[in-house]
Amino acid sequence: MPRATSDAKLLIQSLTKAYAATPTNLKIIDLYVICAVATALMQVAYMGLVGSFPFNSFLSGVLSCIGTAVLAVCLRIQVNKDNKEFKDLPPERAFADFILCNLVLHLVIMNFLG
Amino acid sequence: MAEPQSSRTTSGGDGRLRNALGGVLCAFSLLLIGVLAFSIRLFSVIKYESVIHEFDPYFNYRVTQFLSKNGIYEFWNWFDDRTWYPLGRVIGGTVYPGLTLTAGTIWWLLNSLNIPLSVETVCVFTAPIFSANASWATYLLTKEAKGPGAGLMAATILAMVPSYISRSVAGSYDNEAVAIFALIFTFYLYVKTLNTGSLFYATLNALSYFYMVCSWGGYTFIINLIPMHVLLCIVTGRYSSRLYIAYAPLIVLGTLLAALVPVVGFNAVMTSEHFASFLVFLILHVVALVYYIKGLLTPRLFKVAMTFVVTVGLALCFAVAAILIALVASSPTKGWSGRSLSLLDPTYASKYIPIIASVSEHQPPTWPSYFMDINVLAFLVPAGIISCFLPLSDASSFLVLYLVTSVYFSGVMVRLMLVLAPAVCILSGIALSEAFGVLTRSMKFQRPTSDDGSSTAGDGSPNIPANSKAVSKEKPSKKNRNKEKDSEGSSSVDTRTEEKLLVLPCGPSAVGIMLLIILSGFYVVHCVWAAAEAYSAPSIVLTSRSHDGLHVFDDFREAYGWLRHNTGADDKVASWWDYGYQTTAMANRTVIVDNNTWNNTHIATIGTAMASPEKAAWDILNSLDVKYVLVVFGGLIGYSSDDINKFLWMVRIGGGVFPHIKESDYLRDGNYRVDAHGTPTMLNSLMYKLCYYRFVETDGKGFDRVRRYEIGKKHFKLTHFEEVFTTHHWMVRIYKLKPQKNRVRGKLRLKSSSKTSSMRKTSGKKSPWH
Repeated sequence: MPRATSDAKLLIQSLTKAYAATPTNLKIIDLYVICAVATALMQVAYMGLVGSFPFNSFLSGVLSCIGTAVLAVCLRIQVNKDNKEFKDLPPERAFADFILCNLVLHLVIMNFLG
Repeated sequence: MAEPQSSRTTSGGDGRLRNALGGVLCAFSLLLIGVLAFSIRLFSVIKYESVIHEFDPYFNYRVTQFLSKNGIYEFWNWFDDRTWYPLGRVIGGTVYPGLTLTAGTIWWLLNSLNIPLSVETVCVFTAPIFSANASWATYLLTKEAKGPGAGLMAATILAMVPSYISRSVAGSYDNEAVAIFALIFTFYLYVKTLNTGSLFYATLNALSYFYMVCSWGGYTFIINLIPMHVLLCIVTGRYSSRLYIAYAPLIVLGTLLAALVPVVGFNAVMTSEHFASFLVFLILHVVALVYYIKGLLTPRLFKVAMTFVVTVGLALCFAVAAILIALVASSPTKGWSGRSLSLLDPTYASKYIPIIASVSEHQPPTWPSYFMDINVLAFLVPAGIISCFLPLSDASSFLVLYLVTSVYFSGVMVRLMLVLAPAVCILSGIALSEAFGVLTRSMKFQRPTSDDGSSTAGDGSPNIPANSKAVSKEKPSKKNRNKEKDSEGSSSVDTRTEEKLLVLPCGPSAVGIMLLIILSGFYVVHCVWAAAEAYSAPSIVLTSRSHDGLHVFDDFREAYGWLRHNTGADDKVASWWDYGYQTTAMANRTVIVDNNTWNNTHIATIGTAMASPEKAAWDILNSLDVKYVLVVFGGLIGYSSDDINKFLWMVRIGGGVFPHIKESDYLRDGNYRVDAHGTPTMLNSLMYKLCYYRFVETDGKGFDRVRRYEIGKKHFKLTHFEEVFTTHHWMVRIYKLKPQKNRVRGKLRLKSSSKTSSMRKTSGKKSPWH
């Protein structure tokens, strides 16, 4: 239906316009998230090709990608200036928490990788 | 102009001083609560001795001994060949290591500080120490939800609640001792992350969840309750970015950490107990994305986006759900483990897994047990629920959800009353604190001379401290100090409207406070009584009072000591699975089955042996290389948890695997009898013979004090077993398998072939496992 397609085009246009207005540091975090999720998908595809043995390596690989993506999203939430709940959280503190959580995550990953 | 300012600064200084004093009082109260929690659990040590109780703690104690002697690498890779002979048990992979590692660490720490406590002492006192920690964690959790007054109240109540005491007395060295502390602390960190949105607390939350997974199989409660709460928040429109930060890192990190524990392993991603968390993880991401896009677009465009997404998204959702359901339905238990299924469907265990149904802790509780275990709190809880709704926050909705789910589970299994205990304590603490707050506030803002309550707000600050001194209760006065700070900071108009809303007459509020204190007094008295009388029995030593004083029955340790000193180091002992842990720990002999009950067929073999006649039983036991058989018999002194009372379970479990054992053969007209009306199968079974051998010599008539009648077969000889030891009160009886005769008389064609053929003939019929 032409109305649906024109609506869809309008939708995508306004989405891209609104997204282009976000500050650069948030866009960098978004890029990082997309990369991590893409890596996870590649690992799942590889597992589909080769089989899931050893399962713990597969699990740790996928969960490390997803985990760091989730933590990056949390960082983005805390650093976003539009977010009123976190306006008195200094971004350095948010980044330090992000690093700490990633450290714990990767420690566990290295232990589980086998 | 300068006057009110200086008064404000002095009142500010006064406020700070009062704040500091309040903090000191709070810390001191917490210290006292910790001491209370520790000391109320010491009754068993005072009344009996510092000994490990019951059955399961002996296994944990043995594992801790091994850990302390051989170090952590040996413990992690330990294969135990002294149990489940001839199968053995992989201890490293099937035990929840949290408790053992905790006690081992404490022991190592103390010893490295040159405080030479033995492993047994550390094990005995681990539970009281961690119950003190648990009450402090309760204070923290309730403070996050409702404030420090409610926190102190809840912590005091938890320190004393009988249901928690029952599983954490000094000597009850079991997983729950540490796991309840881990549970409350994990919940506290979750609520703290939810309230503050800090990723640091989210990390700590995941680590605390890891500690909980290490400690107890009940961690599945956490990993299902938190997703339920997140779903509840989303559905009631309380989604916020703090919710995302509280939940998403916990799931990813928590699943990984749970998979690290060997006993959980890949079950962390493959069993249905965890699927709820993944499902809610996906749902949360979808909701977060929706909110994000809503923030980007105008409302009209957002509506267009929604219709577009909903059509595509629903189709995708159905496809994924169909795949998932197909996967799950293909497994016979739908992916749930037996224990979880028996929680969801209470009748499941009795139909399919009789071992789970036979454990007395897995039975549903009776109404009196609720009143015994949580007493007064049972009717303070509804008041707490109401108080949680005024106002409703994320934390208080979590508490209400926790209470409702744990009430359901406690109704299924009496053992899970333990999970209910923190919930009722927190909610009753909230209720009591709110009640005290309202009543003391009513008393404070009433003046006996004036008839208008609002005139007190007009008085200056000097009058209010005078009033607060008159109200001399500790916690309410701290709340008053908080109120004073508020009233000094805010305008007097607010105070006036506040009192107008919440003021009761002075007399009834004084009576109310007295009644609440008396109620708490009843609670305290009951808790101390329950701790001292009901829950402090070590089960390994029994006492009874009679007209000629106190009798102590130490027969169990007598029997295990005899085994330890009078049998060979590699001799195998067969008994019912209840006594396996104690035999390996105290007698240090190899056993056939123990309390872990992981192999139903092996237990059924022993059950069949106990239920068969002597010759068949000898064959079975000989095939397992058994040298000694141990039975527990309470007929002489009236000990009712003996093997004759458990015998029907042996028959049921044995009959579940070996169909030639039928329960109806042992019942006369549906009744279980061992007197003259007992069936011949019952009176010829090994259990009957081993329990009642020579019993008639004690009083000439063979009167069984537990069953309360005379036994059926009184004079008989044992052909294949010989009695080697009977304890002082006949509670434990040990028999040795007689070796086979060298010559078989009267049956020979050829000596060697006749022996094997006769053995084969008898064994072919009765023992189908050869």
